[in-house]
Amino acid sequence: MTLAVRVIPCLDVDAGRVVKGVNFEGLRDAGDPVALARFYDAEGADELVFLDITASSGDRETTYDVVRRTADEVFIPLTVGGGVRSPDDFDRLLRAGADKVSLSTAAVRTPDLIDEAARLFGSQCVVLSVDTRRSTRTPSGFEVTTHGGREDTDRDTIAWVREATDRGVGEILLNSMDADGTRSGFDLDLIARVRETVDVPIIASGGAGGVEHFVPAVLAGADAVLAASIFHFGDVSIAEVKRTIADAGLTVRPRG
Amino acid sequence: MTSVVVLDYGSGNVRSAQRALERVGADVTVTADPAAVADADGLVVPGVGAFAACMEGLRAADAPRLIGRRLAGGRPVLGICVGMQVLFETGVEHGVVTQGLGEWPGTVERLTADVLPHMGWNTVDASPDSVMLAGLDDAYFYFVHSYAAREWQLVPDVSSRVPRASARVSWTTYGAPFVSAVENGPLWATQFHPEKSGDTGAELLANWLRTLA
Repeated sequence: MTLAVRVIPCLDVDAGRVVKGVNFEGLRDAGDPVALARFYDAEGADELVFLDITASSGDRETTYDVVRRTADEVFIPLTVGGGVRSPDDFDRLLRAGADKVSLSTAAVRTPDLIDEAARLFGSQCVVLSVDTRRSTRTPSGFEVTTHGGREDTDRDTIAWVREATDRGVGEILLNSMDADGTRSGFDLDLIARVRETVDVPIIASGGAGGVEHFVPAVLAGADAVLAASIFHFGDVSIAEVKRTIADAGLTVRPRG
Repeated sequence: MTSVVVLDYGSGNVRSAQRALERVGADVTVTADPAAVADADGLVVPGVGAFAACMEGLRAADAPRLIGRRLAGGRPVLGICVGMQVLFETGVEHGVVTQGLGEWPGTVERLTADVLPHMGWNTVDASPDSVMLAGLDDAYFYFVHSYAAREWQLVPDVSSRVPRASARVSWTTYGAPFVSAVENGPLWATQFHPEKSGDTGAELLANWLRTLA
């Protein structure tokens, strides 16, 4: 009996539609987050992450609707993040059917939001999403960025994950902005440094380019591995990733 | 159609519980209305977050009395996650001891493992005569928790106010073994989330529904 390594696809959702090219044969509407969620569930995904990148607040209603329709049909855990600024946003997402909510920019600006969310909803549903890059400006050599990596914060990544965990975060979604999009593998050093620092689960994100990249991330200390484009483009399937992890002697959940 | 009430006392995502039960054929209402809670064929007590906060919410909804009445009448109740934990005598979180519903003796305490919460899919070692987990021994279910009952202390007591058969207890190991599911007369509970455990969870909920009047 061992806790299984989780394999998690991430969908970027803009005004209710999946962005970044997604193209699967047999998927009637490849831009429909609910259809994709169903597809990945059938593929054996252990959880789903929706990242809401909707710019206009007027369109955010569609996000709640997407979460609702997904939770109505897909019975695996769903984390939703992007643009969450208040306990009220948090509450609305949980009520719509999200199991966990991830905080990023708002938590950096207002760390008290973490304490408040943990107190109101429980640590188990508070995920800290950390977009980080290598930097000479912080003691650990890793710096927190916001707005999808466009803005620096001078905040040390290792100090930040420690503080956030002390404040009540229940999980860390660790996204390397250096590795993101490179398809050259996860930032193993970053994962190991965060693993040494916190005792909450870590989802490794950024850099997955092939099946061979996932096992090293787990061995470096990740409890879960997340990828977007390689799954969406069909380069690698969830099942192939799980097979590779199992072949390395690690535990995965077999497809239901 | 089998009627189920999911107890609504302000605890997290109850929509998934509702939808998962509907998926296996239940007629589900999310409410705290005392008459509806009393009349339903089955009552689900969900729960996430802190033990103390859940107990507070349950008391505000008069749930301890409503649950007690159902059990006294042999009417099925299913506790999920912290909805299971509160069935024990006490919970200890951050050194604070909170009184639970006391249906079962024992204390809910912090797990001992390197990484907490225990978050993700793990297997359940089903009690050999489990009805809840029939056909599901060693199946994977979704867990999210840092606390659990690490011992099972109930000794069947024939003089009990609520006559109940001895319990069927199933276990999961994370760091150390803990109680992950209990079937004790009309009172069943799971530490994991069947409503988030895909088809496996649906099978478990279907097993429960079949036992309801």
